[in-house]
Amino acid sequence: MLLYENIRLALSSLRANKMRAFLTMLGIIIGISSVIAIMTVGASMESSLTDTMGSLGATNITVSLQEKEEEEEGESVEMGMRFGGPGRMRTPSEEDYFTDEMLREYCDYYPDAVEAISVQESLNSGQLLVDKLYANVSPSGVSDGFFLANDLELKAGRYFSDHEIENHSMAAIISDKAVNNLFQGDEEQAIGSTVSLVSGDKYLTVTIVGVYEYEQSAYSFGNTSEKDLTTDLYLPLPTARDLNHTSGTSSFTVVMAPGMDADSFVSSTEQFFNVYYRNNRNFEVYAFSMSSMLDSLTSMMGTITTGIALIAGIALLVGGIGVMNIMLVSITERTREIGTRKAIGAPNSAIRMQFLVEAMVICLIGGIIGVILGTVLGMIAAKVLDMPATPSVSSILISLGFSMAVGIFFGYYPANKAAKMDPIDALRYE
Amino acid sequence: MEDRRRMIEMTGIVKKYFIDTPNEISALRGVDLTVYEGEFLAVVGASGSGKSTLMNIIGTLDRPTEGQYTLDGVDTNAAKDTELSNIRNQKVGFVFQTYNLIARTSALMNVELPMLYAGMSRKERNERAEELLRMVGMEDRMKHRPEELSGGQKQRVAIARAMGNDPSIILADEPTGALDSSTGRMVMDLFHRLHQEKGKTIVLITHSPELAEETERIITLKDGAVISEREGIGHAVV
Repeated sequence: MLLYENIRLALSSLRANKMRAFLTMLGIIIGISSVIAIMTVGASMESSLTDTMGSLGATNITVSLQEKEEEEEGESVEMGMRFGGPGRMRTPSEEDYFTDEMLREYCDYYPDAVEAISVQESLNSGQLLVDKLYANVSPSGVSDGFFLANDLELKAGRYFSDHEIENHSMAAIISDKAVNNLFQGDEEQAIGSTVSLVSGDKYLTVTIVGVYEYEQSAYSFGNTSEKDLTTDLYLPLPTARDLNHTSGTSSFTVVMAPGMDADSFVSSTEQFFNVYYRNNRNFEVYAFSMSSMLDSLTSMMGTITTGIALIAGIALLVGGIGVMNIMLVSITERTREIGTRKAIGAPNSAIRMQFLVEAMVICLIGGIIGVILGTVLGMIAAKVLDMPATPSVSSILISLGFSMAVGIFFGYYPANKAAKMDPIDALRYE
Repeated sequence: MEDRRRMIEMTGIVKKYFIDTPNEISALRGVDLTVYEGEFLAVVGASGSGKSTLMNIIGTLDRPTEGQYTLDGVDTNAAKDTELSNIRNQKVGFVFQTYNLIARTSALMNVELPMLYAGMSRKERNERAEELLRMVGMEDRMKHRPEELSGGQKQRVAIARAMGNDPSIILADEPTGALDSSTGRMVMDLFHRLHQEKGKTIVLITHSPELAEETERIITLKDGAVISEREGIGHAVV
């Protein structure tokens, strides 16, 4: 018999038992919507994670010093982040630091792979002062590569000149938020102004050469007012090193040239620098890239999402059992109808198809409602968690297909039972 | 009469239930029956006489334990289940005591049903169903559902449905059993019209001697065997 007729028939029999059909669908609706909601939230978390990591620079390699494992312990820790045991933390001292010499040799050794090197020397946090106005800042000295590594573009002014770097000038690049506090947002006025900087116990005078656009960091929580917001202030690296009386650094970031394989270059970099630390008793070099971290985090997230979705799938299973149950009831109720159809000449296959289509229609309608509900729920959840809502098209299609499959799976037994009824018994059924 | 086409040809039909168990029952004990094209035949008998079993076998809903049954030239003994479905669809029109219309489905759709299973196109079955409903005087109730029809109206729809694929025989099992006498009369008149005007072969199963008398030939069953066969008085449609 025609599929169209079967669908019409199924819809009319659902209409005849609206409440029952709805309750049966509810199981499917709950199952599908929870799977979809979880998948949507999972996809949202994944994309927000990718965005965050991307903003941290997925193509950057962070190189740092870490304490050597003591030989006698003999076991190596696999994961990247190793922490020294309590009480035996050593901080690298001046003679352990990476020197500018090493960095230069590294750049010369990999001229095509290294785009830039970012070194940052932090100073004590403090305030910029103009008359009675202030702006909280966290000052640090940065190398040229810093701006590239952190994707920082200037709104006004310029980067440090070679002259300023060589002469260890007190030139500063500040945020637009600081400009708002000190110069009522007038960037033209800010550029070239000389202002006081209090950093720890130091009183300095800096000249503003550039303004960058402040971006809320993915990790900045809390609700400091605009006025008390602490933003970064950048000085030339040599200037900051003078203030801290140092000439090296304990960590730096390498910006890889596009198209490089992060994983292999991470290990090359680690090997390159470890040569310098062969004879260092306390420290060795450790390098990692965001992209490799991102990969493992994403796959971990995927596993968790799939796991939870599978649990939600149990709700779908229960829904499917409900469908089977109601189909069995429906077939018993319609025994005479089945007998009549058989007497009129319906072959078993037509009867089977009729009830299979009915079960599938229940599941498909439930599935469609579930998809809509689940997407809405997932988007609300993503909104609440402040993440980009990403309804996953593939999971919607899979869910619809899956709800059809549930219909076929749980509808087949009742449909087959109907098909195999003896027409005489069915006609006589009271 | 003998040179007419044989619609039903039964020889030595035996039907046993619970075979090889202590409560084995023989519902039919060797029935021979021949029904010719265009004949109006009544099968009468008390309950338990084997009427229903005979009807089920004639309608190919059931198979005999022994014996040969040929329906409109088709040997039913050799037919598979799907072939029997097809035979029922093409060659038999059932009319039941309890109408057995499909609930929640319009009269028109009910009449279309056998044509649907026969694979007729939508347009064709629609036209034919409308024509059949006009024939039984139900043209202004086509869109009504069985729940909205009276007993007599339901039975008229059922007769239209039985005519769906222009079957070789119409098999009516107590068609007036659930109707009052005037409605029953109307339904019987409809059968007479089908018989006389359309030349249909009709087998009427009934326990009412008066109704049986209206037919051309009366077969009486008792304890699973034919005990008498005689001509009926007949009936003229007014």
